[in-house]
Amino acid sequence: MKLPYVEYEAPTTIAEAVDLLAEHEDEASVLAGGQSLIPLMALRLARPAVLIDINGLSELSLVAVTDGRVAIGAMTREYVAEDSATVSDAAPLLAAALPLIGHEAIRSRGTIGGSLAHADPAAELPAVALALDAEFAVRGRAGERVVPAADWFEGYLATSRRPDELLTEVRFPVAAPGTGVAFLEIARRHGDFAIVGLAVSLTLADGVISDARLAFAGVSDVPVRVAEAEDLLLGERPSAELFAEAARVATAGLDPPADLNGSSEYRKQVAATLVRRGLQAAADNADERQ
Amino acid sequence: MIEVTVQVNGAPRTASVEARKTLADFLRDDLDLTGTHVGCEHGVCGACTVIVDGRAVRSCLMLAVQAAGAEITTIEGLANDGGLGTLQQAMWDSHSFQCGFCTPGFVMQATAYLSAHPDADEQEIREALSGNICRCTGYQSIIDGVLLAAQRSREA
Repeated sequence: MKLPYVEYEAPTTIAEAVDLLAEHEDEASVLAGGQSLIPLMALRLARPAVLIDINGLSELSLVAVTDGRVAIGAMTREYVAEDSATVSDAAPLLAAALPLIGHEAIRSRGTIGGSLAHADPAAELPAVALALDAEFAVRGRAGERVVPAADWFEGYLATSRRPDELLTEVRFPVAAPGTGVAFLEIARRHGDFAIVGLAVSLTLADGVISDARLAFAGVSDVPVRVAEAEDLLLGERPSAELFAEAARVATAGLDPPADLNGSSEYRKQVAATLVRRGLQAAADNADERQ
Repeated sequence: MIEVTVQVNGAPRTASVEARKTLADFLRDDLDLTGTHVGCEHGVCGACTVIVDGRAVRSCLMLAVQAAGAEITTIEGLANDGGLGTLQQAMWDSHSFQCGFCTPGFVMQATAYLSAHPDADEQEIREALSGNICRCTGYQSIIDGVLLAAQRSREA
């Protein structure tokens, strides 16, 4: 359908955007890449009175490494991050997930901040951000607030961003030496939302797992981190038996939603398979990076 | 109403639009460039794909006002002096069309992809075109046409 009537504002500074958000709050939607918001408006699932288009805020398009973190501006387009050597060196898990987002034409416009602010639980970037303990910098009239990923995702398409705040930057930790990663997903065809997706990061030191991170997409109304399985891996040497046990522990507490793409039981089984495959793939490429 | 000027197929074009008008409707209704097709109108089918500043985008997922100052190529911009371009000719030769509704989107997506990846193999081309839907399901001949265009471009 055609989009419903909407007012349109195109601020040119962050301060101006924040003022507009303070003025309109819940009545406004922030328009970044538009690859989720515009379809929601076309389908009348979103009816903002005002669009605050932040495409003119060029300072929000950046990829920079500082103090052990890769800072990515909220308006950085997905294809730009995908092509960035800085991202592939410093945040290999993010680099592994990016090519799986939608289709090429979606990544031409879609943004890192837009996907994370939209917070679709089946999307790739929320699982990556949660796995890596990324930090979300939001700006309001009172200044900047930094929200850890564990506190960002509150529910289906819901985050802890307040209506008068703008997500400006997401910071991912730089991967330690000896880190191997994998982002795996099962979808009906390339580019579809994952039936289940999994972000994995493993760090090996002298052949022993010193850091393990696992987060699922598509198994709940938020991305899901599985701490018990991570703890089980720490201090152990990679093996098929260990990874099978991790898969059992990681999926024991899952109760995924059912839809036309798969039942809850099917999703749970796919999740366990992805854990085994993902841990093996991450362990293999951790060896290569050491 | 907001005045928007874009560069379309090499020529400047201007029209006044409402903020809610998509780039797809702007091209079709205001600029009379009806070669860009509108299918699902919510970013699923790929029929409305055009090239904006060198990248394939879905023109139903971009507002016309956001295209101000951009350089846009539509299907009308691909023909050389009324003849067919390399990709168009290869798709013609491979019978890459049935009803033709999805064709402009496939051609624009493939144009953008081949210009960035001239050595693409079949699997890569399948992935690059995975966001375009052909409801006649004529995918095999579409892939054949794009592969043939890539081969002809390399040999030229």
